[in-house]
Amino acid sequence: MTTPSAALAPAERAVQLLGGDLSEVALRRHLEGLPAVDAVGLEARAASLGTRSIKTSSKQAALDLTIRMIDLTTLQGNDTRGKVHSLVAKALVPDASDPSTPRPAAVCVYGDMVGNAVEALGSAWSNGRDDGINVAAVATAFPSGRASLPVKLQDTRDAVAAGADEIDMVIDRGAFLEGNYGKVFDEIVATKEACRRTDGTFAHLKVILETGELVTYDNVRRASWLSILAGGDFIKTSTGKVQPAATLPVTLLMLQVVRDWERLTGERIGVKPAGGIATAKDAMKYLVTVAETCGEAWLDPHLFRFGASSLLNDVLLQRQKLTTGRYSGPDYVTID
Amino acid sequence: MATTTKTPARTATRLDVPKTYKLFIGGAFPRSESGRVTEVLDKRGAFVANVAKASRKDARDAVRAARKAQPGWAGATAYNRGQVLYRVAEVLEGRKAQFVDELQRTEGLTAARAQQQVEAAIDLWVLHAGWTDKVAQIGGHANPVAGPYFNLSVPEPTGVVAIIAPQEQGLLGLTSVVAPALVTGNAVVVVPAAASPLVAISLAEVLATSDLPGGVVNVLTGDPAELAPWLAGHADINALDLTGAGDLDWVELEVIAADTLKRVLRPEPGLAPETPQRILALTETKTVWHTKSRL
Amino acid sequence: MAFLDYAPAPESTSILNLRDEYRLWIGGEWVAGGGASFASVSPSTEQPIATFATADEGDVDAAVRAARTAFRTVWGPMSGRDRGKFLFRIARILQERARELAVAESLDNGKPIKETRDADVPLVAQWFFHCAGWADKLDYVGLGAAPQPHGVAAQVIPWNFPLLMLAWKVAPALAAGNTVVLKPAETTPLTAMLFAEVCEQAGLPAGVVNLITGAGETGAALVRHPDVDKVAFTGSTAVGREIAKALAGTPKRLTLELGGKGANIVFDDAPLDQAIEGIVNGIFFNQGQVCCAGSRLLVQENVHDAVLERLKERMATLRLGDPLDKNTDIGAINSSEQLARITRLVDQGEAEGGERWAPDCELPAKGYWFPPTVVSGVEASSTIAREEIFGPVLSVLTFRTPDEAIAKANNTPYGLSAGIWSDKGSRVLAVADKLRAGVVWANTFNKFDPASPFGGYKESGYGREGGVQGMQAYLKAGK
Repeated sequence: MTTPSAALAPAERAVQLLGGDLSEVALRRHLEGLPAVDAVGLEARAASLGTRSIKTSSKQAALDLTIRMIDLTTLQGNDTRGKVHSLVAKALVPDASDPSTPRPAAVCVYGDMVGNAVEALGSAWSNGRDDGINVAAVATAFPSGRASLPVKLQDTRDAVAAGADEIDMVIDRGAFLEGNYGKVFDEIVATKEACRRTDGTFAHLKVILETGELVTYDNVRRASWLSILAGGDFIKTSTGKVQPAATLPVTLLMLQVVRDWERLTGERIGVKPAGGIATAKDAMKYLVTVAETCGEAWLDPHLFRFGASSLLNDVLLQRQKLTTGRYSGPDYVTID
Repeated sequence: MATTTKTPARTATRLDVPKTYKLFIGGAFPRSESGRVTEVLDKRGAFVANVAKASRKDARDAVRAARKAQPGWAGATAYNRGQVLYRVAEVLEGRKAQFVDELQRTEGLTAARAQQQVEAAIDLWVLHAGWTDKVAQIGGHANPVAGPYFNLSVPEPTGVVAIIAPQEQGLLGLTSVVAPALVTGNAVVVVPAAASPLVAISLAEVLATSDLPGGVVNVLTGDPAELAPWLAGHADINALDLTGAGDLDWVELEVIAADTLKRVLRPEPGLAPETPQRILALTETKTVWHTKSRL
Repeated sequence: MAFLDYAPAPESTSILNLRDEYRLWIGGEWVAGGGASFASVSPSTEQPIATFATADEGDVDAAVRAARTAFRTVWGPMSGRDRGKFLFRIARILQERARELAVAESLDNGKPIKETRDADVPLVAQWFFHCAGWADKLDYVGLGAAPQPHGVAAQVIPWNFPLLMLAWKVAPALAAGNTVVLKPAETTPLTAMLFAEVCEQAGLPAGVVNLITGAGETGAALVRHPDVDKVAFTGSTAVGREIAKALAGTPKRLTLELGGKGANIVFDDAPLDQAIEGIVNGIFFNQGQVCCAGSRLLVQENVHDAVLERLKERMATLRLGDPLDKNTDIGAINSSEQLARITRLVDQGEAEGGERWAPDCELPAKGYWFPPTVVSGVEASSTIAREEIFGPVLSVLTFRTPDEAIAKANNTPYGLSAGIWSDKGSRVLAVADKLRAGVVWANTFNKFDPASPFGGYKESGYGREGGVQGMQAYLKAGK
């Protein structure tokens, strides 16, 4: 399984942590030395965080923050220009009845739709600024990742060239489960390289672990750490195409990883649960988990995102309830 | 190179070699530190032997030896403990005549009654040899708790058990309290029947040659009334078996034992000596939880 | 306001319908007590909740007589199946009134509503449900065919889990066919009085359960009453010892669940984040007022600093305050006496060289509060490594090898609980074997279940509650 001493592509973080003679063996030893995860304890902690009760002013703030953390997403085979325009319109004006409603962080589309999204966003496109809406593109033969490396990298470069601010790549789960950590590592490093724009800046790289295929929490911890070592800016749970997608325990675990990475290096990595988070109530649990695991600093769209489509409208319904004091209904929020 | 040796002709005037009956502590046979002995007479009043009369300091030494030996005995496999207890029966069987003789002399039994008692004792050792690897299945349980946990309760030895043995039927009585205590891995400090010290020490010799680790059983011949309060009050004893203390002030002993919250088995009639309940009376239920994840 | 400040989320007390005054519940009647009545105050506000009667010797006698009569005339002769049905009814009513009971318990005891709602009260209902099923299956508890109840059980319980300890005592006693007289602790009598209402709603025959309130004297009179057949006590080792002495030579059966000084052993291969949660749960659950609390942290030297750093970081997120707030993690200490004891012992620990640390946390002006505290650099010989503190105070010791961990864990006259944190199964099992403790939690802590026996070695008491062993304690072999 192990290729001894195979030289890996250079990656600054890994070199700094593991030393100059970066090898498959060193990488494996490092990943296998991470503390174990007890699944029952992890799930119990997540469940306990899920019982926090967020009321009144805290809830108001949390709902707005949730919206600002959403990557409003459409990732369907039948996506069209029209669908992407509709999605962008929703991002621009989430709730026409309340202009104070914040906008989501990004719209997330397939790579070939990036141009459409950029065009639809117009001046609201962030294009590197901090106050606009980002365009995120899934890449690297999303969702399965089953393509040759050149194809995956071209997929990435195309999206970046079309204006993608963020790239959501998938790791090679097969290679990971084979124990071929070096291959996974190399591909992330190469994809990061492919995120380089002509001006030398990088599109942000989110690394999708597809935790539903890694299955065990120990695998999730290793894959998270591996992704960070290889240069990921964000670690993301899922494509949304595999069940289970994001769960609170998996997200808690990934938050513990980025907390530990900060403890070790001072550097802050983002976390993005994606898929299956549909209600404001669920989103509250995630925010509590973020705050109580990593601290309030992580309550920031630069460090935490929700990959979701239906979540936005449920948050808007809750927002309306807080404003009017009455329960709202689906006819009072717009579809994308 | 063989030479013929002449066996001296056995004459009626040959002098017997009497045994010195000492204590049994930590696998050794010391005299009492107090230097005291008790004169044992037969039923007609003839001198039989001087038996060591244990003191409180002997009791203290015995407890120390028991505590030292207990973890090893408890840590042996149940199969191993069973073989050792069976070995006791084997060795006892081979020395039956000696025990019959001693019982006849101290308890005034007929040869037939003495033999009955010895055989009953041997059979009780055999019975308990067979319990070692079964009693945990009677007293232990897998518990179906409402959560993702493996949960198992097992009987574990209470630890060091001090025993006042029954005053009747010296060998069988002693066996009936010592054997069940040993099954699960307790170590024992026992005061045998005051009137039957010979068989107690001879049994100790059997134990000493039966692969029972030294200190697992300690035998203190002497006056139960003198020794019992010290044992009841000793903080390093976990349980007090008063089966043979019916004639002592056992209520006071129970009061003393309460100072360190010892488990106390009251004087007879108690649980039948061959039952698992009798064995389990000197155990603690330990329950171990372990997470059991789906992943 | 920072997000983590969380706006107040108080559980409403409007669900309660309390009386101003509670009397004794004897023979199905509410009767006045012969002693002076007393108030129970809410530990978080020092506000009185209600007044309660004190049962004097005459009241104790009346209660035991009521229990005896019920045993002879109705509960003893009743079929196991019907006794079981009464217990099932009680379990259901407890579930129906769960929120009300949780609020009352939190109010009276000072513990967070999160705990009463998610742990205490659900376990109470589960305990009755579990024992209900035993009532017609007593032939299988391991005492042979047709085992017999003892008769009248006298039960004295502590203030740390008032209703749960009542359930641990009453449910198996009734399932086995005994009748009971129970005395709750004088600082937490409220939920026992509500339990009387539950019994009334269930139609339980008069005298099967009798609830008498009062302080230590009432309890002493109860366990010494000559017509009591079985005594069950949960509380301090000192009182347990006195009861054992008082009962010496009597035919009364006794089970004791007493103090502890549980070791929570963290090996260097532990699942670290879960271990931190387990340490926190082990010592801060119910403000550490738990006999099986993991009050001694034994951490392997090579991970000591990492564990302590993470532990402190985690402790800083604990929220201390109004027990009725749904986000409160640490509630109030049960009484001013207990607070004084905790304060004295921690001061002593510091004086003996321990390094004391607590997160910044503002203590409310009213009520009895102690911040979650860790004292590191504690040696095996330190007072706070020996004495049960019964508060939110963790003593940290270190070890180098498994043998040393086991030796230190066992180096106490107590033997109730222990924890092991390691990812290596063979080590967990080997260490569990060698720990002299009645309950060993591996990679978890403070878990309870009616199917799982609970109780201690050595001076932590004798007998077990829960499981088949728990049923055996309320039965004797049939003729």
